[in-house]
Amino acid sequence: MNIPQELKYSKDHEWVRIDGNRVTVGITDYAQAQLGDVVFVELPEPGTEVSTGAGFSVVESVKAVSDIYAPVSGTVLEVNEALADAPEIVNQSPYEDGWIVVIELADEAELDELLDSEAYEELLAEGGQ
Amino acid sequence: MSIKKSKELIFELSQAGRRAVDLPACDVPEATLESLIPARFLRKKPPSLPEVSQPDLMRHYTALSQRNFGVDSGFYPLGSCTMKYNPKVNEDAGRYPGFSLIHPLQPEATVQGALELLYNMEQYLAEISGMDAVTMQPVAGAHGELTGLKLIRAYHRQRGEQRTKVIVPDSAHGTNPATATVCGLETVEIKSHPDGSINLEALQAAVGPDTAALMLTNPSTLGLFESNIREIARIVHEAGGLLYYDGANANAIMGITRPGDMGFDVVHFNLHKTFSTPHGGGGPGSGPIGVKQELVPFLPVPVIVKDGGAYHLEQDRPLSIGKVHAFYGNFGVIVRAYAYIRAMGPDGLKQASEDAVLNANYCLSQLKDDFYAPFNRFCMHECIVTSKQQKQYGVRTLDIAKRLLDYGYHPPTIYFPLIVEEAMMIEPTETESKETLDAFIAAMRSIAEEAKTDAALITAAPQTTVVGRLDEALAARKPVVRWKE
Repeated sequence: MNIPQELKYSKDHEWVRIDGNRVTVGITDYAQAQLGDVVFVELPEPGTEVSTGAGFSVVESVKAVSDIYAPVSGTVLEVNEALADAPEIVNQSPYEDGWIVVIELADEAELDELLDSEAYEELLAEGGQ
Repeated sequence: MSIKKSKELIFELSQAGRRAVDLPACDVPEATLESLIPARFLRKKPPSLPEVSQPDLMRHYTALSQRNFGVDSGFYPLGSCTMKYNPKVNEDAGRYPGFSLIHPLQPEATVQGALELLYNMEQYLAEISGMDAVTMQPVAGAHGELTGLKLIRAYHRQRGEQRTKVIVPDSAHGTNPATATVCGLETVEIKSHPDGSINLEALQAAVGPDTAALMLTNPSTLGLFESNIREIARIVHEAGGLLYYDGANANAIMGITRPGDMGFDVVHFNLHKTFSTPHGGGGPGSGPIGVKQELVPFLPVPVIVKDGGAYHLEQDRPLSIGKVHAFYGNFGVIVRAYAYIRAMGPDGLKQASEDAVLNANYCLSQLKDDFYAPFNRFCMHECIVTSKQQKQYGVRTLDIAKRLLDYGYHPPTIYFPLIVEEAMMIEPTETESKETLDAFIAAMRSIAEEAKTDAALITAAPQTTVVGRLDEALAARKPVVRWKE
């Protein structure tokens, strides 16, 4: 299972890449493998306010429909439009081309609540959720 | 065409000029389309309709119909769907001219028998569910849910309360959160205990002054009875919320316990599941709901009332949420379910539920050694096993489901409930004999054995069907829903 060291993680299997007060968010390799072939990603509108733990996007696979929860609070700056036509990118490249949104942080302190790669790996070892 | 069934579409069989019927010569003066219809409404070129002979037409659709699979073809253990056999006497009743040839706009006096049937059916369902009143108008389970939540919303508004949150457990049917969203309410999901039951502390923490309702099915989607239901009802009611009963699993409880007695305020029934009316593509469905007294003023109109010996459609209900379907629901379906209830009687319905539970427990007991049973205890009308033991051979639940097709069975519900990894949810229903169950169990065991010795046989399944393994991801991502030349 690929868990890049430079990223932060939520318990709901989202990853976060920090760049100043902007963060890029996607779902982890584990999450995409559990979902199976992704067939649709519902993207929020840029400008949408998101709050920690609330659903802001929906990922549909052949097996299930799952909410994607905001790992941090803030405002959606960008969404990955490429996913509208090619949702399979989430499976193929969950940490790079398969990013879902860029969020402008409301409170940088929230980043401290996220897991580092080691803690996320432990979470998976304990059986996911 | 031959005995080897064709795969062509009807369009691909088309030969220019061929016709399935010979119309008699026209014996009135002919008029052109252009002289009858303004040019702007006429299409520029004729529609590309298939042109085939009558024998080709019949053979094509007969071949298609023979590829269908239903409860009349074989065992159909689709969990949470209650694919029980539909007795043909129901069809006889549904076809009586007094039911099948009437019009919904006929004067009441000329359709008293139909109104009496609807009225009696409401009484029966109220008795079976422990509710005070029933409306037959909704035409599907999810439609019943929507109607139920609209009633709950109207009830809170009438009391001057703004309650916007609907609590659902993470094991819920997907329609529950979907219904809440369509109704303009917000879903709050609570995690279940590892044993599949509602976590009372999580529920207590989730309820509050904004709680509109809790939506629950009992037995749960795990096929387990929620024994804390009275406590659950107390917590929700004390917070000012109401309880909605998703009746998808009602086949486990008829004549044994009642949602009304458990503390539920609204319940829907799926006549097409529990009460043996056609289900699936053959539908249509019927999703009547029952309510407690406090919700009666909000029921959809018209309401059927009995005035002396006569039945009347009452429209004057100022607090009603209005109509939720044309006329009075899917009447023909209701007639079939009525025939079922009358034929079964109270003891028969109870026996049906007891046998449904017995059959599910038999399946679980016979499958739990070859497949992993996450809830290895007494179950209700359906049981769950998973492919955990087959994972080491590279065989997943989807593969097992596909392999079952080769054995001639409709697969169980798979990958649901979502909280069980690689779930197979088996609901045999009461209408299957022990011989049928044994044959299915033997097929499942045989597949478990194949996983060890010849996994490729399973991962490449199905081999014996008209088409092999479909690319479901491609079909969902790039659906082709229209034939083009």
